[in-house]
Amino acid sequence: MGVDPLFLGPISIGTVIIAIVKVLVAFGALMVSVMLMIWFERKLISDMQNRIGPNRAGPFGILQTLADGIKLFFKEDLIPGKSERFVFKLAPYLTLVPAFLIFTIVPIGGVVHLFGHTVELQVADPPMGILFLLAMSSVSVYGVMLAGWSSGSKYPLLGAVRASAQMISYEAAMGLSVASVVLITGSLGTRDIVTSQAGAFFGIFPKWNLIRLGIVPFLVFLVAITAELNRPPFDLVEAEQELVGGFHTEYSSIRFALFFLAEFMNTITMSAVIVTLFLGGPDGPNLGGPAFVWPILWFLIKTGAFLFFYVWVRAALPRVRYDQLMDLGWKVLIPVSLGWLLLVGAMQVSKIYGFALFAAFIVAGALMYRAIIIGRSQSSELDIITSFGSDAQRSPKTHTSRERNR
Amino acid sequence: MTARSSSKFIKRFRSSPLDESTATGLVGETSEGTQEMKTRNETNRVELEREEGQLTVLPEGIVLDHGDMDIEISEDETMIINMGPQHPSTHGVLRLMMELKGETVLRTKPVIGYLHTGMEKTAEGLTYVQGSTNVTRMDYLAPLHNELVFSLATEKLLGVEIPPRATWIRMLMVELNRISSHLMWMATNGMDVGSTSMMIYGFRERELVLSFFEKVTGLRMNHNFIRPGGVAADLPDGWYDDVSAIIDTIPGRLDEYGEMLTGQPIFRERTEGVGILTQEQAISLSASGPVLRSTGVAWDLRKDIPYLAYDEVEFDVIIGSIGDTFDRFAVRLSEISESLRIVRQILEKMPSGPYRVQDKKITPPPRKRIDESMEALIHHFKLFTEGIHVPEGEAYVAVESPRGELGCYLVSDGSAKPYRMHIRAPSFVNLQSLPAMLKGGLLADAVATISSVDPIMGEVDR
Repeated sequence: MGVDPLFLGPISIGTVIIAIVKVLVAFGALMVSVMLMIWFERKLISDMQNRIGPNRAGPFGILQTLADGIKLFFKEDLIPGKSERFVFKLAPYLTLVPAFLIFTIVPIGGVVHLFGHTVELQVADPPMGILFLLAMSSVSVYGVMLAGWSSGSKYPLLGAVRASAQMISYEAAMGLSVASVVLITGSLGTRDIVTSQAGAFFGIFPKWNLIRLGIVPFLVFLVAITAELNRPPFDLVEAEQELVGGFHTEYSSIRFALFFLAEFMNTITMSAVIVTLFLGGPDGPNLGGPAFVWPILWFLIKTGAFLFFYVWVRAALPRVRYDQLMDLGWKVLIPVSLGWLLLVGAMQVSKIYGFALFAAFIVAGALMYRAIIIGRSQSSELDIITSFGSDAQRSPKTHTSRERNR
Repeated sequence: MTARSSSKFIKRFRSSPLDESTATGLVGETSEGTQEMKTRNETNRVELEREEGQLTVLPEGIVLDHGDMDIEISEDETMIINMGPQHPSTHGVLRLMMELKGETVLRTKPVIGYLHTGMEKTAEGLTYVQGSTNVTRMDYLAPLHNELVFSLATEKLLGVEIPPRATWIRMLMVELNRISSHLMWMATNGMDVGSTSMMIYGFRERELVLSFFEKVTGLRMNHNFIRPGGVAADLPDGWYDDVSAIIDTIPGRLDEYGEMLTGQPIFRERTEGVGILTQEQAISLSASGPVLRSTGVAWDLRKDIPYLAYDEVEFDVIIGSIGDTFDRFAVRLSEISESLRIVRQILEKMPSGPYRVQDKKITPPPRKRIDESMEALIHHFKLFTEGIHVPEGEAYVAVESPRGELGCYLVSDGSAKPYRMHIRAPSFVNLQSLPAMLKGGLLADAVATISSVDPIMGEVDR
């Protein structure tokens, strides 16, 4: 099937069975891993916060998610009177289905030979895999946006507005950093991207895109998908302390659970995607044993590292503010990834052009930085004059021993 | 009221414009108008200025007009949103009506009264002995301060001098209470800006102090420990080591907070320049405590009108410079260190002697004496049935609670129960600076700012 992903040639019954089995296995594995991920997150964050975390259902509380899911399933499914009923019911699925569909293009291992068929450990490998990824992640924005809008309530509406602005602007940065991967690989297929990363520089450094492209597109992509996933510190869309839950404030019962399922499924999927794009996917040394086991293990280890990273970030960082988030997206991430894309392109054409462009970027960047510093200092002087009057007013009057340096 | 007139009344009430403006019609009208925020057309100018935080009057009587108002804002562009009383970050049951343009706050109207328990009125039915059980429930994060101010006011009316050990025990407990209250504030403030770990860490350190309180008073909150005439009991054995353990542990933890929040760029960006209150505004709005000090006014009752033995210990008054949310955070963080400094001095200077007044009319006799002495039994009986008879007069005493000036005004008619008790609650007064702070900020800033005021609704509504 790897040779003929769109079934253009003759289809044998074996191919169909393999495809069905792959879908079922992938679906089941993803569902189970979502369950484990929620448990993992809760357990890990409680360890980081001096708490115990779930410990009742099953060994180490591992069945807690299942228990929560069953509980939510039997809760009353409330649909607010002012809501747009059809859209309100549709929205959870719009976020859930793309999360699963993205996972289908992720190669989780090498190639195995079964019953005379060569099977790729990947549900599908369409030639336009990356475009499919971008399309699907855009669709999942609609789920959040429509959920907030259709609730017919003010807080979800604010959440929906935030969601649409945030996700659309981060989509751009994400797309640009993916474009540099595509540029260096010369293919849109995920399998090609992974195979092109096999091997090593000088025998030690893996030839992953993380190193080949410089670390910048990786960082941009990481920040962009964190925002895309609504994970802390970019979880403004739900922002419990500000918007009471944002887009899912009015949701209850299994629809609410579906949003959470989608969120965690997205987290896993996007971690898998970042591993595929920048960390060589299942690439890694074979340390003995059956050949097909190690790539899968390496893939799982790398994905797990990112999942750990997300939980860690959640425990450590406060939430950024809406305007700061937009500033970061439009003023930092998009220019940086655009510039880097130009650089990667120039390097592909000729190394001389590339280094010349790099030097030009450094000069331009320095000038820009200087301009921003001057502009900021002038505007902040202006602020102080307008809002605090003379300096004499600001100076403390009586006994004081401590003052903050600003 | 006859049936006819009552139906007329209902009819009139139903047809009032209030009923049309509020969709539900469930909200009644108080003597000061409705509690709901109305649209700009329906609000008069004074009310509008108040909701924009502009009508501020200095003690000298000069009305300050900060900037001009945008009355031309069209109704179609704004949205009135109701935040609370069940909102997760309004610290209990504070309710804010806010007019938003996009996410920018234009007007704010704090609505209170959801935790009204009538404690000031209840105090009139309780004797002075029972009084401290009542006041301790007002500010539930700083119960000892409430007991202290009530006891000080009663003692002022009685004209008794409490023994030095009682004074120093009170000071120890009150300063530890300030630490626990500020730690709790750090926790909730961290939570409000989205740092969930800070929530747990703050609670963890507060637990150290609370378990000491439990050892001393028997309870974790609502202690009823500081009473008119002294304190309820002497410090237990081993108190010195317990307190030493607390003051040795907390500084290290404060450094961790510094790493987690103060040095954290996201936290700095969330709080710096947010919710600014100028010095003039703070003074004209009668703000006190960290809210006032963050604007650069070094006003601390412990220093300026010393009570207990605060003039015998060394400490600094922490002030900020700009009056933004970060300043309020920094002031509280440093105040914890200052309180630790005071506690350390108290440990060294703690005098020995009786822990309550040796006056049989005020202090109940020890349990053993009741079995031996008829007189003691009579005193005990009289004290707990009738209470202390307090001479006629009135007294106002103020202490520096973690939230600001906590005052108690007592009027006595010579009986064993106060004729009137009024508490000047710092949270209540500080809340009125919210419209001024929130104006022009974003919704997310509003959340950070509300928590930086540190309102305790039990104290606001009393």
